[in-house]
Amino acid sequence: MRNVSTIFQRELASYFFSPIAYVVISVFLIASGFFFAGNLQFWQEASLKGSLDSIQFFLLLLTPVITMKLFAEETKSGTIETLMTSPVSDFDVVFGKFLAALSLYIVMVLPTWIFVLFLTIFGNPDFGPIFSSYIGLILMGGLFVSVGLLVSSLTKNQVVAAVIGIVSLIILWVVGFLSKYGEGWFYETLRYIGTYDHWESFTKGIVDTRDVIYYLSFTALLLFITVRNVESRKWR
Amino acid sequence: MINVKHLTKRYVNIAAVDDISFDVGEGEIVGLLGPNGAGKTTTMRILTCFMPATEGVATVAGYDVFTDSLNVRQQIGYLPENVPLYLDMRVKEYLMFRAKLKYIPRRERKKKIDYCLEMCGISDVQNQITGTLSKGYRQRVGLADALVHDPKILILDEPTIGLDPNQIRQIRQVIKDLGQKHTILLSTHILPEVEMICDRVMIINKGKIVAMDTPENLMKQLKSSANVVLEIRGDGEKIKDSLSNIGGVRSVVWKEKGDASEFVVEAAGDKDIREDIFKCIVKDNYTLREMKRQTVTLEEIFHQITTRETEGDSDNA
Ligand SMILES: Nc1ncnc2c1ncn2[C@@H]1O[C@H](COP(=O)(O)OP(=O)(O)OP(=O)(O)O)[C@@H](O)[C@H]1O
Ligand SMILES: [Mg+2]
Repeated sequence: MRNVSTIFQRELASYFFSPIAYVVISVFLIASGFFFAGNLQFWQEASLKGSLDSIQFFLLLLTPVITMKLFAEETKSGTIETLMTSPVSDFDVVFGKFLAALSLYIVMVLPTWIFVLFLTIFGNPDFGPIFSSYIGLILMGGLFVSVGLLVSSLTKNQVVAAVIGIVSLIILWVVGFLSKYGEGWFYETLRYIGTYDHWESFTKGIVDTRDVIYYLSFTALLLFITVRNVESRKWR
Repeated sequence: MINVKHLTKRYVNIAAVDDISFDVGEGEIVGLLGPNGAGKTTTMRILTCFMPATEGVATVAGYDVFTDSLNVRQQIGYLPENVPLYLDMRVKEYLMFRAKLKYIPRRERKKKIDYCLEMCGISDVQNQITGTLSKGYRQRVGLADALVHDPKILILDEPTIGLDPNQIRQIRQVIKDLGQKHTILLSTHILPEVEMICDRVMIINKGKIVAMDTPENLMKQLKSSANVVLEIRGDGEKIKDSLSNIGGVRSVVWKEKGDASEFVVEAAGDKDIREDIFKCIVKDNYTLREMKRQTVTLEEIFHQITTRETEGDSDNA
């Protein structure tokens, strides 16, 4: 456990040494700002309605770009060898990297509060759904980051990691979305697995423990699989 | 300190390391010598817990590399083959990160890092980004990293590869100095290096240890069956026949050389055949122009041992 913070600090610092973090954050803010303005005009209402869905979509595209390097780069450059032969546990490495990427994700999402500020200046927004949405965004971030982290630990090619990460997240999203169009246990399962449904209730101002548990447990499961995958080097 | 028994690492189609056993005692500097693809890196990766062996046991500082890997890793300093570094960090930052990872208490970190910077001669570049360092300097940073937690055991994979002759000299001296306090296992293809710094050499080829001894003994062992080179005037075939009939000669090879012929006579065992050869030549009335004993360098031993695979008599220790 002691090394989690050491890994975390290095990873976070390295994000700011490379242009990727700045590029991703700028792209995200420009795109979401654009859609915020569009949605505002469309709904004519002081809320983040619509904007949040587009924000979610950009996060889905951009989070794997944040996470793509986490393991792939180390495997490719060989630094994984120095890292894994120093006295750190696999969990420390995985969790430290997870926290660093999640922090960057939060850094990326937080400036969207400007939109909220904007709403309060020109209107009278209902803060309930806004707060709950941000709780949802962060929980969802944990899930997205852990998907990207797992994918990054499976390949040494960063581009492949990003692409597979994006595809996985889209599938996870679409699966939940499709569940709207049917009944029965199958659609019920899809609905549970997919992120869409869980996310939706946050945007309505509901923080349901079941949704919180869904995000946390799914994230934990993915982190667990990643640790096992990193470990697998040792018994292959 | 390092204890290896029947270690085997098999990849899909080949055994990279094939049933090797050896020990490295406390304070020894042992060189692992072998051609490309011999299995040096693989052996080191197993010892540093980076990958598991297919079969066999290895203990480092008394801990099993498979079941006690965290303890093993605390005891070793490892310099991997290509010296991977985080290229976006400054030298000092990098060493600080590594020192933290290796649980050096906060108060001692600065002192230890300064010591390593000094030892490896990189104090001048401590604020440079590692990505902008030359290969030799990266090598030194890697070495400094291996040293930073003052490990009992150093495992260095080709520590002098890619360095210029001056740097090689310096790094060798550094390693030699380190040998006073640490147990060192290093790999290399450079033979003089082993002669210079190692107490013991293991020659490894195709995953097997084919020789293990002190550099002096290895040379003695092979010198005894050293070749004698002769330049003689006369009928080559006939001379060859008479030479072959001398007791204790294993083989004779000859070729034309101007108006004379050059012979390479290999003796069996450790018999000195020079006098017999001389008598034989005098008896048959040939003209001897030159006789010399081929001095055997570690280079040749290496060549002989690693290319001699049809003969089954490898000098296993
Ligand atoms: N991941 C792998 N999959 C299959 N074969 C491998 C793998 N890694 C190494 N090998 C093989 O194992 C053998 C030993 O490799 P190793 O890297 O240990 O050699 P080496 O002695 O370090 O050589 P060099 O002097 O070139 O560094 C080689 O034949 C190599 O091709
Ligand atoms: Mg090698």
